[in-house]
Amino acid sequence: MADNGLLESVLRLVEKVDGGTDSQDVAADLGVDHQVIVGAVKSLQALGEVISAEQKSSRHWELTGEGREIAEQGSHEARVFNAIPDEGLPQNQLMKMPSGKVGFSKAMSNKWIRLDKAHEGGPRVFKTVEAIEDTVRDKLQLVQKGQSAKLEDKEKNELKKLQCYWTVKSYWITKGSSFSTTITKQETELTPEMIASGSWKEKKFKPYNFEAMGVAPDCGHLHPLMKVRTQFRQIFLEMGFTEMPTNNFIESSFWNFDSLFQPQQHPARDQHDTFFISDPALAHEFPQDYLERVKKVHSEGGYGSQGYKYDWKIEEAQKNLLRTHTTAVSARMLYKLAQQKFTPVKYFSIDRVFRNETLDATHLAEFHQIEGVVADYGLTLGNLMGILHQFFTKLGITKLRFKPAYNPYTEPSMEVFSYHEGLKKWVEVGNSGVFRPEMLLPMGLPEGVSVIAWGLSLERPTMIKYGINNIRELVGHKVNLQMVYDSPICRLDS
Amino acid sequence: MPTVSVKRDLLFEALGQKYTDEEFDELCFEFGLELDEITSEKEILIREQGGEKAEGASDVVLYKIDVPANRYDLLCLEGLVRGLQVFKEKLEAPRYKRVSPADGGEPQRLVITEETASVRPHAVAAVLRNITFTQERYESFIELQEKLHQNICRKRTLVAIGTHDLDTISGPFTYTAKPPGEIRFKPLSQSREYTAAELMSLYKTDSHLRHYLHIIENEPLYPIIYDSNGIVLSMPPIINGDHSKISLNTKNIFIECTATDLTKAKITLDMVVTMFSVYCDEPFTVEEAEVVYPDGRLSVYPELAYRTETLSGDFINKRVGINESAESIAQLLTRMCLRSEVSGEGDLIQVEIPPTRADVIHACDIMEDAAIAYGFNNIVRSTPRTYTVANQCSEEDIADKLRKNITETRAVHISNPKTADFQVARTSLLPGLLKTIAANRKMPLPLKLFEISDVVLKDETKDVGARNNRRLCAVYYNKSPGFEVIHGLLDRVMQLLDVKPGRNQGYHIQAAEDSTFFPGRCAEIFSCGKSIGHLGVLHPDVISRFELTMPCSAIDIDIEPFL
Repeated sequence: MADNGLLESVLRLVEKVDGGTDSQDVAADLGVDHQVIVGAVKSLQALGEVISAEQKSSRHWELTGEGREIAEQGSHEARVFNAIPDEGLPQNQLMKMPSGKVGFSKAMSNKWIRLDKAHEGGPRVFKTVEAIEDTVRDKLQLVQKGQSAKLEDKEKNELKKLQCYWTVKSYWITKGSSFSTTITKQETELTPEMIASGSWKEKKFKPYNFEAMGVAPDCGHLHPLMKVRTQFRQIFLEMGFTEMPTNNFIESSFWNFDSLFQPQQHPARDQHDTFFISDPALAHEFPQDYLERVKKVHSEGGYGSQGYKYDWKIEEAQKNLLRTHTTAVSARMLYKLAQQKFTPVKYFSIDRVFRNETLDATHLAEFHQIEGVVADYGLTLGNLMGILHQFFTKLGITKLRFKPAYNPYTEPSMEVFSYHEGLKKWVEVGNSGVFRPEMLLPMGLPEGVSVIAWGLSLERPTMIKYGINNIRELVGHKVNLQMVYDSPICRLDS
Repeated sequence: MPTVSVKRDLLFEALGQKYTDEEFDELCFEFGLELDEITSEKEILIREQGGEKAEGASDVVLYKIDVPANRYDLLCLEGLVRGLQVFKEKLEAPRYKRVSPADGGEPQRLVITEETASVRPHAVAAVLRNITFTQERYESFIELQEKLHQNICRKRTLVAIGTHDLDTISGPFTYTAKPPGEIRFKPLSQSREYTAAELMSLYKTDSHLRHYLHIIENEPLYPIIYDSNGIVLSMPPIINGDHSKISLNTKNIFIECTATDLTKAKITLDMVVTMFSVYCDEPFTVEEAEVVYPDGRLSVYPELAYRTETLSGDFINKRVGINESAESIAQLLTRMCLRSEVSGEGDLIQVEIPPTRADVIHACDIMEDAAIAYGFNNIVRSTPRTYTVANQCSEEDIADKLRKNITETRAVHISNPKTADFQVARTSLLPGLLKTIAANRKMPLPLKLFEISDVVLKDETKDVGARNNRRLCAVYYNKSPGFEVIHGLLDRVMQLLDVKPGRNQGYHIQAAEDSTFFPGRCAEIFSCGKSIGHLGVLHPDVISRFELTMPCSAIDIDIEPFL
């Protein structure tokens, strides 16, 4: 902060003029740098309505480094001229001067000098006139003094290289409503002493700057993915869904594929699509009678199905893998359910799955799958659509439509599309279907029970919600912590 | 999902109607297809190889249509048009018929020898008589085989198709297997004869064929088909012979499919003949061929089997959630190429599944087709009355998880990792947090990060031999190590979990050695007398290995005992 002496000097100057004064003039009058006056103006503003200051900017011509040099030492051509004695100077010697090259050609075209190429001992330069007038220097000196207004535009143009515009921000200072030429010190904060003594009544308080940001609280920040996950969990819980235990990333092909009636030659079971485990390579324990029923329905059919009619191999089912979907967990849960007296269930899970996919801005080899499953007698395709409608309404998505699709373990299968108001088109938001009888009946679920299910990824809605374009900024160690610090709470329905 | 590329104008001509892109997109959506892209050969070339290469390429509009992976009957223009025309009730689904050779002639015969058993034991065959190709039909015929090869044939591993100009060869044909050195013929688009061994090395650099070599490469015998004069028809699943190659002028086609999966071979053959018999003089008829197995069994192909399923209108109504009469359901199904009739007994419907619809294997598939024809988006959306009480996940079997010393556990290894960074499933959360700090070094200090997540450990007691373990890991990264900060975090976490400080029932820490931590700055954490993890100041070597420069303290604990 500027000292009170300076502040009061400024105030006295302001007092003298009606209608205000420019901070640059104040600087000139007080003989201090303009920036010091700018500081003083800010200090005075902080004192309340002592002055009012309006920022304005004005353009000035200023000299460049070269321009300043010319203003002081003369133009290049003048320096060349002055360097030549009456008996002339060898050209090569002249060219060695700092101004040599530019000055020589300029002086030549001004006809101040001449070159005698035939001179013995090499080309020599002679003066042709007695004295010269260095107009370039004169003009630049005008600019330097701030009197560039005296120059014509044409002249300014000629000197373009040697000067430049300079924008100066200054203040137009006028008296404020509580103008005074003396400075009273303002209190910054109310203290216990002031309250006790009542001295606050006489004090002036420095106004707060309500434009400034507050102090950031010392707090933790949750990752956006976790925030969105919490919201989805909340929605499922509100709808009466029970969370499935999904803490088994390593799964056998049996539960991941075979139990879902996904044939062993299915492309998803390829090395290109799935990560297999080399250690422990094989699962060693299966419910034996259920396994036999799965084998039969694949290889021969049954339960009203033709089956896939191929040679089902236990070796293929034993292969361990990183689960490719949480539906493997749903299969385990439904099998477990089938081993007891049937009661209707609604299950959900949100957890990691792994796929050997081509990595790009929106795909990683692992992501979170959100899955909902309902098992009850007599569920219809209309029920599945109804429940999807409720689920997505809670996400703030109300316009839905359904496209027939194919999935090895659901029939019917439907892709869920929602109308995107921004893109003005229908975009896929999830997948759904009714589990096939070939999956449910071998588990031992009663004949009339239908199981409807749907799934979507957690990353996609999170990226849309938080405007993230590259999944690597969201997931993995390349996450941008600033984004984590700054991202707001997640409200999916707004 | 396979993508079929068709010329738009050709498609509309065949459909007998012009659509706008939007209208056609809508029709696709309703039918379960997806109009993926509208483009042209020129556009594709420009995108893939730059403008110069595209000079003079065709700018005929192409529709790229995504077809469900189980609908092999929609993989070519002919099939798509047939499916859509029947769906729009502009055409009745044709009946495909297997016929004997005209004039009482002998059917073509393919004899399988026992040598094939070890490499590719199955084969089926059929004949298309008096077919008329045009340039477009011919291209579509080739393209369909390629699409089938990529999909149902699983890149020729399960089935390989060979098509031959029957007038250039004479049966009976022999499907056998021979050592590669003994096979010698002129393959398609080559100018001279090669031995099979030479061909395998020739095709090593062929961008298309090299992907199929592995199927037989290491077999002692290669599959091979000869005609009665010893002319090679094909060496499945790699290449056909040049002698019998088909052309625009071919009238009679001999089709063979060799396979490791007989069911898929039959379906593949049915697809090829049902799709292209439309261009035979007598449309939708296919001439039979006999296949003789090594044991003398004789089968006649193509099967072109029609199967009838009986189901009730009530079943469809109840599963879909609609209320339609049996008659109208039969009509819906007929629109999906499943010719259906009300049987007269109650609301029973007789549904005939044609050979083109191998995807229909259960009543639920029929139910789906009824729903598609009804229109998914016409179905009333209703809430199921399923009463349930929600529960959050609590892991019940905590006791048996409390057991083993963490340090004894071994990592689970991935056999086909994507990158060197992902060869094992993680056993600790710490490296992830340290890498995150390394990637965020520009952020103001201190950096305080935590993660609560699963790691994977080997565990013999589990059916798959591994289990997840829920961990909490936190790091404090600043100019001073901040052990007290991390220690304070432990105290706070324990306070929230209602575990009191103490040696027996509570938690305590005691000095320990761990190579991750700086000597003398590491403690083991015990809860109820059992070790649950460590906390301490990280070893400078660890800090530098993660390209970090500041001191760092960390805590890493198993939180399953508290769940």
